[in-house]
Amino acid sequence: MRRSTPLTFWIRAVEAAALAVAVCFSLGATDASSRFNDLGHRLMCTCGCAQLLGECNHVGCPESGREREELKTAIAAGKSDKEILDWFAAKYGATVLAAPTTQGFDLVAWIAPFAVFGAALVGTVLLVRRWSVGKTQAAAGADAASADPAERARLEQIRRETDSGGDGGY
Amino acid sequence: MAAFGSFALLIALALAAYNLLAGSLALRLIATKQPTAVSPERLADTARRAGIASFVAVTAAVFALVWSVFTNDFSLTYILEHSNRALPAAYKFSALWSGQEGSLLLWAWLLAAYGFVLRLTHKTDVKLYAYAGTILAGVQAFFLAILCFAAPPFALFQGAVPEDGNGLNPLLQYPEMVIHPPMLYLGYVGFSVPFAFALGALMMRYPGERWIKVTRVWTMVTWMFLTCGIFLGMHWAYAVLGWGGYWGWDPVENASFMPWLTGTAFLHSVMMQEKKGMMKSWNVWLIFSTFLLTLLGTLLTRAGLVSSVHAFAQSSIGTWFVVFMGIVLAVCIFTYILQRSHLKSEHQLESLVSRESSFLFNNLVLLTACFVILWGTLFPILSEYVEGSKVTVGAPFYNRVAVPIGLFLLFLTGVGPLLPWRATSLRAIRRNFVLPSIALWAAVIVCLVAGVRPWKDGALDAGNFYALVAFALSAGVLTAILSEFFRGARVIAKQTGHNLVASAWLLTRRNTRRYGGYIVHIGVVVIVVGLAGSAFNRNVESEMALHDRISIGPYTLVQVGATQDSNANYDSEYALLDVYKDGKKQFQMTPEKRVYQPTGQPQTMVAIHSVPEWDLYVVYEGTNPDTGQPIIKAFLNPLVGWIWAGLVVLVLGTLVALVPALSPATAAVRVPARTPPAEPALKGGIA
Repeated sequence: MRRSTPLTFWIRAVEAAALAVAVCFSLGATDASSRFNDLGHRLMCTCGCAQLLGECNHVGCPESGREREELKTAIAAGKSDKEILDWFAAKYGATVLAAPTTQGFDLVAWIAPFAVFGAALVGTVLLVRRWSVGKTQAAAGADAASADPAERARLEQIRRETDSGGDGGY
Repeated sequence: MAAFGSFALLIALALAAYNLLAGSLALRLIATKQPTAVSPERLADTARRAGIASFVAVTAAVFALVWSVFTNDFSLTYILEHSNRALPAAYKFSALWSGQEGSLLLWAWLLAAYGFVLRLTHKTDVKLYAYAGTILAGVQAFFLAILCFAAPPFALFQGAVPEDGNGLNPLLQYPEMVIHPPMLYLGYVGFSVPFAFALGALMMRYPGERWIKVTRVWTMVTWMFLTCGIFLGMHWAYAVLGWGGYWGWDPVENASFMPWLTGTAFLHSVMMQEKKGMMKSWNVWLIFSTFLLTLLGTLLTRAGLVSSVHAFAQSSIGTWFVVFMGIVLAVCIFTYILQRSHLKSEHQLESLVSRESSFLFNNLVLLTACFVILWGTLFPILSEYVEGSKVTVGAPFYNRVAVPIGLFLLFLTGVGPLLPWRATSLRAIRRNFVLPSIALWAAVIVCLVAGVRPWKDGALDAGNFYALVAFALSAGVLTAILSEFFRGARVIAKQTGHNLVASAWLLTRRNTRRYGGYIVHIGVVVIVVGLAGSAFNRNVESEMALHDRISIGPYTLVQVGATQDSNANYDSEYALLDVYKDGKKQFQMTPEKRVYQPTGQPQTMVAIHSVPEWDLYVVYEGTNPDTGQPIIKAFLNPLVGWIWAGLVVLVLGTLVALVPALSPATAAVRVPARTPPAEPALKGGIA
C-alpha cells in the first residue's frame, strides 16, 4: 500500500472541507423569500423621517401605510423588482430609493469606493515591494562588504534572535 | 445670571485669545533667540496661566446656564426652548446639550477642561506643552467666539416671558441621553489634544518620538470616550427610536464614526513610529485628519447640510466652521511643507508579509472605510450639485460597500498580531496560522449545519453570507488571540511554576499595552458576532384585542390589558403582555407610548427582554382609530446583547492598555567594598 505524504493528506483535507461546505450550501437552497421585506428595505418612507419603508414605525405616519399597500399591489401584479422600483421612483422621485441606482451619475457612488480601495491597495503593495527590493539590495551590498565569516555568523545570530514568531508586541 | 454667564464667556474668550497671542509670541522669541526686555519664558508662563483661568471662566458660564435651567429662568431663549417646569432634574442637565448653543458651550467647557489638565501638567515637557497649550488656545478661542457672537446661550427672550418652557425633545428624555452626549463630546473634543501635540511637535521639530509617548494616554482615553459615546448612541437609538435596529447609517452617526476610524488607524500606525521610526508623515496627517473630521462632522450636522433624525440643533454657524476648517487645514499644510524634512522615515519595510505591513494594510482598510462613509454622506450633496436632484444614500449602500471592508478589517485583526516584525518565515506562518484556520473552517461548518445558509432560492443571500463570513472570521481571530495568550502564558508557567491562568495574568501585567490591545480585539470580535446576528432578525405586527396572542420565535405574547397613566411631564398608554415560552408564563412586558407635555410630541418606550441568544423587543405602536385596540410590533433580534458585552470587553482592554506595565523585579544587594591594596603594591612594589 502506498504511504500518504503530508501533501496528499492536506489535499484530501481541503477536498473534504470543500465537499462539506458544498453539501451544506446546497441545503439552504429551498428557503422561501419575502420580496415585500426585501423591497421594503430598498425603499424609503417619504414622510421625511429618513427611515427605510420596511422599518418606518411612526404612529399614524401619513405615508408609509399607503406606500406599503402600493408595494403589496405591485408584487401581487407580478411586476419585477426593477419595474417596482422604477414605478416608485417615477411617482415619488429618486429620493424614494434607499440607495443610488447603477445608472448615470449614480454609478459613480458605487464605483468610487472600490476604485479608491483598489488604487490604495495596489499602491501599498507596490510601495512595500519597492521598499523591500531597496532593502534587499542594500543588504546584499553590505554582505559583500563584510565577507568575514565571524561577522556573518554574528548577523545570522541577530536575525535568528529577532525573528521569533509573534514577538515584538505592541 | 444671563449677564454673569455672558460676561464669563467674554472673559474666557479674552483669556484664550491672550494665551494664543502671547504664547505664539513667546515661542517665536524662544525659537529665534532674539534678545527682549521681557523674558520669553515668563511671557509663555503668563499665557499658560491665562489658559488655566479661561477654564475657570467657562466653568462659570456653564454654572450660570445650569443654574438658569434649574431655576426655570425662561427669560433666556435657550432655557425657554429646551426645558419646562415639570422636566425631571436629571433631564434638566440634558437640556444643557439638547440645543445648539448649549452643546457648543459643553464643547467649549470640555475643551477648556482638557486644556486645564494639559497646562497643569506642563512640567512633563515645558516647551512641547507650551506649543500644545497655545494651539489648543486657538481652538478654544474659535469656540468661545462662536458662543459670544454667533450662538449665544444667554440670549434674552424678546417680549413677555412665558410662564413655562417648551420642554425637552422627548427623544432626549431617556437615561442614556444624560451620559451619551458628554461621552461623545469627550471623544470628539479630546482629539484636539493629540492634534495640538502633533502640530506643536512638528512646529518645534521635536527630536525623537517621545511626544508620541506623551500623547499616547491622551489619544487612548479620547478614543475610549468616543467609542463609549458611539455605542451609547447605538443603544439609545435601539431603545428609544423603536424601529428594532441600532445603526441606521444616519449622517450624525456617520459623523461620529469617521473620526473614530481615523483615530483607530492612528493608534495602530503610531506604534510603527515609536518602534521603527516609520510612517511619520502618515501619522501626522492621520491625527490632523481626525481633528478635521470632528469639525466636519459638526459642520455637517449643525449647519443642516444633511438631514438626520439625530440633528436636534441646526443653525447658520456653518460658515464659521468652514472658515475655521480652512484656517486649520492651511496651518497644517504650511507647517508640514516647512518641516517635512523632519519627518523622514528611519527604516523601511522589509517584507510584504510582516507586522509592519499588516499595520499598513490595517490603516489602508480603516481609511477606505472612512472614505466610503464620507463619500456616502456627501454624495447626495454632490449629486444635487451635478445632476440638480438629490438621491438617498441609505443602509443598502453602506451594507453593500462598507460591510465587506469591515470583514476584511476583522481578518487583519486576526492576522496582524500573528506576524513577526520585519519579515515572516514559512515556518512561522505554519506555526501561527494552522490553529486559527482550523477554527475558521470549523465555524463555517458548524454555522452551515446550524442553518446559516448563504443561499436562498438558488441565489446568494447577502445578509446570511456576510453573517457566515463574520462568524467564521470571528472564530479564527479569537483563536489567534487566545493562542497568543496561551503561548506567552505557557512560557511564564514554565519559568514560574504558576498555573496557566495566573501566568496569563502575569503576562498581561508585564506587557499591558500588547495584551490590553489583544483584549480590545476580543471585544471587537464579540461586537462583530453581535452585529452579524442582525441577519436573522424577525418581526411580527398585529392589532391585539384582550387575550389575543402573537408568536415570535419560542415566545407567545398574550394581551392581558391596556391601560393609561399620567403625570406632570407626560401622558402614557401601554399594553400589558404576558410572555409564554414552552407553554409556561415567563414574564410580563409593558411597551408604552407617551405624549409629552407641553408640546404633545409622541414617543415610544420599547420593552426589551434581553438574553444572550436574543432580545425580545416589543413596541406599542398606538391604537387602531377604528377599533381602539392596541397595535403591537414584536421583534426577535438575535445576539444584540453581545454588542453591549463586547463594548465592556473593549473598554476593559483599553483600561488594561493604559495601565503601566509591571517593571522587572530588582533587588539591591549590599556588597562589601574590597579592601584597597597596599600602597606599595599600587606603586608596583617599589621599596
